[in-house]
Amino acid sequence: MSPLFAHLMETGFGGFYDGIAHLLITPADLLLVLGLSLLSGQQGQAGGRMLLLVLPLSWWLGGCLGQVLALGDSLETISILWFTAIGCLVALQWRMQPRWLAVLSALSGLLFGLGNGSTMALEGPLSLDLLGVVSALSVLAALVSAQTSVSHREWVRISLRVVGSWIAAAGLLTLGLQFRG
Amino acid sequence: MTRRMALLLGLMITLAPAARAHLESGGAGSLLSGLLHPVTGLDHVVAMVAVGLWGAVLAAPAIWLLPVAFPMVMALGGLIGLLGLPLPGVEVGIAISGMVLGLLVALERRVPLGVALALVGVFALFHGYAHGRELPDGANALLFSLAFVAATGLLHLVGILLGELRRWPVGRRLVQLIGAAITISGVWFLLQI
Repeated sequence: MSPLFAHLMETGFGGFYDGIAHLLITPADLLLVLGLSLLSGQQGQAGGRMLLLVLPLSWWLGGCLGQVLALGDSLETISILWFTAIGCLVALQWRMQPRWLAVLSALSGLLFGLGNGSTMALEGPLSLDLLGVVSALSVLAALVSAQTSVSHREWVRISLRVVGSWIAAAGLLTLGLQFRG
Repeated sequence: MTRRMALLLGLMITLAPAARAHLESGGAGSLLSGLLHPVTGLDHVVAMVAVGLWGAVLAAPAIWLLPVAFPMVMALGGLIGLLGLPLPGVEVGIAISGMVLGLLVALERRVPLGVALALVGVFALFHGYAHGRELPDGANALLFSLAFVAATGLLHLVGILLGELRRWPVGRRLVQLIGAAITISGVWFLLQI
C-alpha cells in the first residue's frame, strides 16, 4: 500500500470511474473485500446478504469520517493486520454467528473507508469518487459472496481456503517488509 | 538505409537495459519480482513440488490442506526472517526438507494428517525464513508478497498435478522416481553446505 496506491486514480472519465479504478488498483482494499466476501459466503447465503448491506454503508461512513479526521497513511499497518486476520479466518473456514460477522464487516468498512477518506482527495459525503469505490466493492462483494455461498463442491471450498491462506500469507510478509523498513 | 538500420539496432540494444530497469521499479516490477523469487532457487522449487506430490500420495484431505497450511507457516517464517530474529540450521533444514519429502514420496509413505501438517509446517518455517532474509526492498511490498505467495502455491499445484499421474501404474512409478530424484537433490544440497 504505497502512497501511489493510497491516492486517487485519475481515469479521465470522471469521479465515479476514478473511485471504481481506485478500488481495483489498491491491493489492500481489494484483498479485504475479497477476503470478507469469501468469509461471508462461507457462512451461507444469509452471510452474503448481510455483508452486502453492512459493508458498503460502513465504508461510505468511514470515508466521510476520514475526510474530517484526515488521518493520512497512519492506518496502513492496522489495515494490513486486518486483512491478514480476515485471510486467516477464511483459511480456517471459521464459522461465526451472523451478529459477529456483521460487527466484523462494519468495523472493516469503517477502517478501510477511513483510510480512503483520509488519503483520497474527496469532495464531501456525496463525492462521486467515494460513490464509485462503494459501488465497486458492492458489486465485487455480491459476486464473490454469492458464488462462494452456492459452491458446495469440496475442491471449490478448499480452493477458497487456499485463497484465504494466500491473503494471510501476503499480509504477513508485507508486515515484515514494512517493519524491516 | 543499412547504416540507419544499424543505428536503430544499436539504439535498441543500448536502450533495452534501461527499459528493463524501469520495469523492475514499479508495481508491475514488484509483481514480476515476487513471481520469480520462489523459482530462482532449485532447493526451494523441488521442496515446494515435493509438498504437492506428497499431498497427492496422502490423498484427501491432506492433498488440499497441506497447500493451505504451507503458505501461512512459510509467511510466518518469512516474517521472523524479515524481523532479523535468529533461526538456527536454516540451510540444513531446507536441504533436509527436500530429502525427507522426496523420500516420503518415493516410498509412498502415509502418516496421520496431524503429523504431516506438523512436518510440512516445520519445513515451511525454514523455507519462509530463508526467503525472508533474501527478500529485496520492493517498490510495493504487498504486490511483491502476493505474487511471491501465489508462485509458491502454483509450485504446490505443479506437484499435485504431477501426483495425478498416480492414477496409472506407470505414472505411479514415475512419481516415485521423481520423489527419489528430489531426495538425491536434497542430499546434494546438504553436501553443498
